[in-house]
Amino acid sequence: MEYLNILFSETYKILFLLLPVLVSVAMIVWLDRRIWAFVQKRKGPNVVGPFGLLQSLADALKYIFKEIIIPASSNKIIFILAPVVTMTLALVAWAVIPFSEDFVLADINVGILYIFAISSLSVYGIIMGGWASNSKYPFLGSIRSAAQMVSYEVSIGVIIINVLLCVGSLNLGDIVLAQEKIWFVVPLFPMFVIFFISALAETNRPPFDLPEAEAELVSGYQTEYSGMMYAMFWLGEYANILLMCALGSILFLGGWLSPLDIFPFTMVPDPLWLIIKILFLFVLFALVKAIVPRYRYDQLMRLGWKVFLPISLIWVVLTSGYLMYFDLLPKN
Amino acid sequence: MPAHAFFFYIFSLIAIVSAIMVTASKNTVHSVFFLILDFISISCLFILIGAEFLGMIMLIVYVGAVAVLFLFVVMMLNVAQQKNQWFGATSGGKHIPVGMIVSLIIFFELLIVIGGWKLKPDLTNDFINLSTSSVTNTHSIGNVLYTDYIHLFQLSGMILLVAMIGAIVLTFRRRSGLKRQSYIRQISREKSDGVELVNVKSKVGVKIDV
Repeated sequence: MEYLNILFSETYKILFLLLPVLVSVAMIVWLDRRIWAFVQKRKGPNVVGPFGLLQSLADALKYIFKEIIIPASSNKIIFILAPVVTMTLALVAWAVIPFSEDFVLADINVGILYIFAISSLSVYGIIMGGWASNSKYPFLGSIRSAAQMVSYEVSIGVIIINVLLCVGSLNLGDIVLAQEKIWFVVPLFPMFVIFFISALAETNRPPFDLPEAEAELVSGYQTEYSGMMYAMFWLGEYANILLMCALGSILFLGGWLSPLDIFPFTMVPDPLWLIIKILFLFVLFALVKAIVPRYRYDQLMRLGWKVFLPISLIWVVLTSGYLMYFDLLPKN
Repeated sequence: MPAHAFFFYIFSLIAIVSAIMVTASKNTVHSVFFLILDFISISCLFILIGAEFLGMIMLIVYVGAVAVLFLFVVMMLNVAQQKNQWFGATSGGKHIPVGMIVSLIIFFELLIVIGGWKLKPDLTNDFINLSTSSVTNTHSIGNVLYTDYIHLFQLSGMILLVAMIGAIVLTFRRRSGLKRQSYIRQISREKSDGVELVNVKSKVGVKIDV
């Protein structure tokens, strides 16, 4: 009986977290398309509901009622599994995101490693989808994206080490609390920029959307997918983007902390600050999508391995040297 | 704790079954996917015994990087069609004795390690005891790794570096006729380097030296 009680309360908590995440993924797709349209002087989706807010719901409804086509020569189990893996991995990572000091589903010691591990797993959804389709374009797209995601994960990992050196803990709550004096975006600004660009590459956003470069690869690993399975890929992708924005705001923008500890700012509840920061980063993501052309593949690899990795490694040495010299290393 | 035991048996069952399937499955790509499942369930077992750092590192390194490269190679080499053969294969049976020798050696090594630990349980007491210490195991691993065993740690890093450089040197071939893009040259190019305005006289033409 006791176990059942725990099970029910945990399920309740998980639903309380997941439903808002799913709804905000739908809203964020609308926001993305709106911003993209405004930059290009178009109107964007503005018909369904007020300001077109319900566009994503209408799209989702359309996808649900579409037929799911499974190619005859595909590897059926892996083909069906791929979108499931993508979406599950994008959602489970939200378990450790702290929305305030005690509003976190799983407050684990190695929270940042957990997120890093989950985001490194999310490449499997794409590889599985591309391989199981048994078709040229999806396979090329998945091979590209695997190489891309593995390369940029390395620099994201090194950037995370920079932050961890200043914090002295792998817990996400501790990382936020360590920024009470000053957000890490100020002392580690170059790292923030590199993190942002690497996050773009990690989530396959333009200008790094080579896995689905529509001019060359039709739409990459998603070519053979239809109906709800396609929608799951797409939901997982946007949930991943939101997760990367959340990670960026926790690592560099002070998570749930308010920018100034004075009256009008302290009125705003903590989770709202995190949401505002996530939205701010997402608007940047959307703007980049609207204004930057796609990278060539060799330029992408060069940027990852020859520019970002050396800079972030040098910055690790600089940060640790600074912390050692001024005796600022966190002790516990 | 029954819940703990329940999860332990679930994860270890998945680990064992998928480890068998790695060798048993006909399709090589399926083998790699089973290997990934095996890694994941083993990292879950690590987390169950409270070694969350090891579990996460297992996920990041083995599943996130090593297995991706495995998959990469298996998919690129197109060995998916090549059927795995069990014992008694007619053509490709030569590797079986070698495999038997290697697995026997590994088996005896495991036997020695576990036997030594069974005979003398206080052998490992010199190391930090994870269950009793108050610090997290990330801290305790760091404390051991970067103080007592720093030289061994650095040495293993050097060995990995040598292996990496060796692999690159073995496979790297400088191909001729390759056009490379030089950003510096592109940016520093001036109008005067590329364009020349010439006054062409009628019926005389102009001599262009390239």
